[in-house]
Amino acid sequence: MTTPLLKVEHLTMRFGGLTAIGDLSFEAHSGQITALIGPNGAGKTTVFNCITGFYKPTEGMITLTQPDGQKLLLERLPGHDINWKGRVARTFQNIRLFGGMTLLENLLVAQHNVLMNASGLSILGIFGARSYKRAEKEAIELAEYWLEKTGLIDRADDAAADLPYGDQRRLEIARAMCTQPLLLCLDEPAAGLNPRESLLLNDLLISICREHKTSILLIEHDMSVVMQISDHVVVLDYGRKIADGPPDAVKNDPKVIAAYLGVEDDEVEKTEAEIATIAAHAKGDAR
Amino acid sequence: MEVFVQQLINGLTLGSIYGLIAIGYTMVFGIIGMVNFAHGDVFMVGAFIALIFFLLLSTWFGWALIPALMIVLVLGMVFTGLWNWAIERVAYRPLRGSFRLAPLISAIGMSIFLSNLIQVVQGPRNKPVPPMFTQSVPLFTENGYTVAIGYKQIAIMVITVVLLAVFWYIVQKTSLGRAQRACEQDQKMAALLGVDVDKTISLTFVMGAALAAVAGVMYIMYYGVVNFSDGFVPGVKAFTAAVLGGIGSLPGAVLGGLLIGLIETMWSAYFSIDYKDVAAFSILAIVLVFLPTGILGRPEVEKV
Repeated sequence: MTTPLLKVEHLTMRFGGLTAIGDLSFEAHSGQITALIGPNGAGKTTVFNCITGFYKPTEGMITLTQPDGQKLLLERLPGHDINWKGRVARTFQNIRLFGGMTLLENLLVAQHNVLMNASGLSILGIFGARSYKRAEKEAIELAEYWLEKTGLIDRADDAAADLPYGDQRRLEIARAMCTQPLLLCLDEPAAGLNPRESLLLNDLLISICREHKTSILLIEHDMSVVMQISDHVVVLDYGRKIADGPPDAVKNDPKVIAAYLGVEDDEVEKTEAEIATIAAHAKGDAR
Repeated sequence: MEVFVQQLINGLTLGSIYGLIAIGYTMVFGIIGMVNFAHGDVFMVGAFIALIFFLLLSTWFGWALIPALMIVLVLGMVFTGLWNWAIERVAYRPLRGSFRLAPLISAIGMSIFLSNLIQVVQGPRNKPVPPMFTQSVPLFTENGYTVAIGYKQIAIMVITVVLLAVFWYIVQKTSLGRAQRACEQDQKMAALLGVDVDKTISLTFVMGAALAAVAGVMYIMYYGVVNFSDGFVPGVKAFTAAVLGGIGSLPGAVLGGLLIGLIETMWSAYFSIDYKDVAAFSILAIVLVFLPTGILGRPEVEKV
């Protein structure tokens, strides 16, 4: 098996006496969509916060393997290097766009480092150096490509805050993609979308993953989205991993069902048995 | 009429200097939400740096006035920028993420440190420069009084307009400016997109200081003297200008500066020169009662 793109090992995050994540290990492989699911408060967003440097994990290692084989420990990188050197991008559950800036500017901020390097801290840019002009042209082309792809090109010069909710979600994904990430972490991208927008989103995510060699780590509550597009599902409950595998296997895992339906720990085995009988009946009916 | 026009010219000149200093306040406030109380003293340090280089070049090496001033302007911007970079590094950055008042208190300390440092190393007396550009262009004569605009005044206004245009371009059109505006709105998100927030903040301090240095050069050109305590009053006036124009807004800072300059000179001409500061600050208070975010400031609307 190839080296996983993202390898989370023994990740633990404690806030005072509360253990938000306990000894969590999982892998995300390149070219795949990995979904992270679990009931409310299971610690999914905390995992994201650890991966993207918002929190320093109490224990554990988060390793990201670059295409050239170099291994980076994300928990040791300073905030902005997680994106620039580590090439990890993310979106938020509550959208965090730069509301006062235009759509195009939002996408250009995401290419800040490329432009800064080309323009020598903007000084050459003021004098109109050729390398800067070329870099800026490429940056605008990339931004327009993603605006086109998310269907927002017509509103490129509007302020981001003026967009409707669903468009803002797509713009956030477009902005993250403008940093040309290896791993894109999406925190509930389908939340608040209507069914049609949700379908469009599925297509967008699949295309990002297949055409752009960007792997996706996804937190999602909408099970139809998870089951349709993900290649691999990791289930968390109370900060611990309770299941890990392809979507179909996870869907029928009694522990997962128990976690979602809210059964006491000692009742898990009982529920397991019940589910087995129900499944047997279902099979019988099908015959 | 003639007094009015003359005072208008004087007021705009003074206002340009306030405006340039005010940009430093407004940019720093915009990006980290902190009032940099040491900025007035950074302006004073800039004036001293300019004074030293100017005397070196013009009296020691015997350069002509205009090339000497050009070089002084550039060197002043560079060295004052370095000063402010260092100040941010030692006095403000370690306190980022601490409680809100901490960097403010640190800034007040830095202000006292700077003025005392200059007092010790440069002496407490007024430092003069030889008068320069004493000629002026007469505009018109009325009632036996000739209204004139000095070469210095023209230079100050032209430089202010040019610099404002350059800085406006940087903030609106370059990648650095976009990063600054992004950090203004959401620093953590900017960092997640690969923007080095610390570096962007440092560059903002350098830019503010560069403009303060230009104001410093103009100050010694206009008044001919500078001393260690000259940072305080122009600093407070410029801060007032930034608040009046709407703190966080670049054109607002210049507009506020011009208004404060005009109020001061007009008041001195028509009422009493002793109360010019009272007038400026009273108008600030009145404007803030009716427009709490300043003239060009955006009101913060929170969605519920």
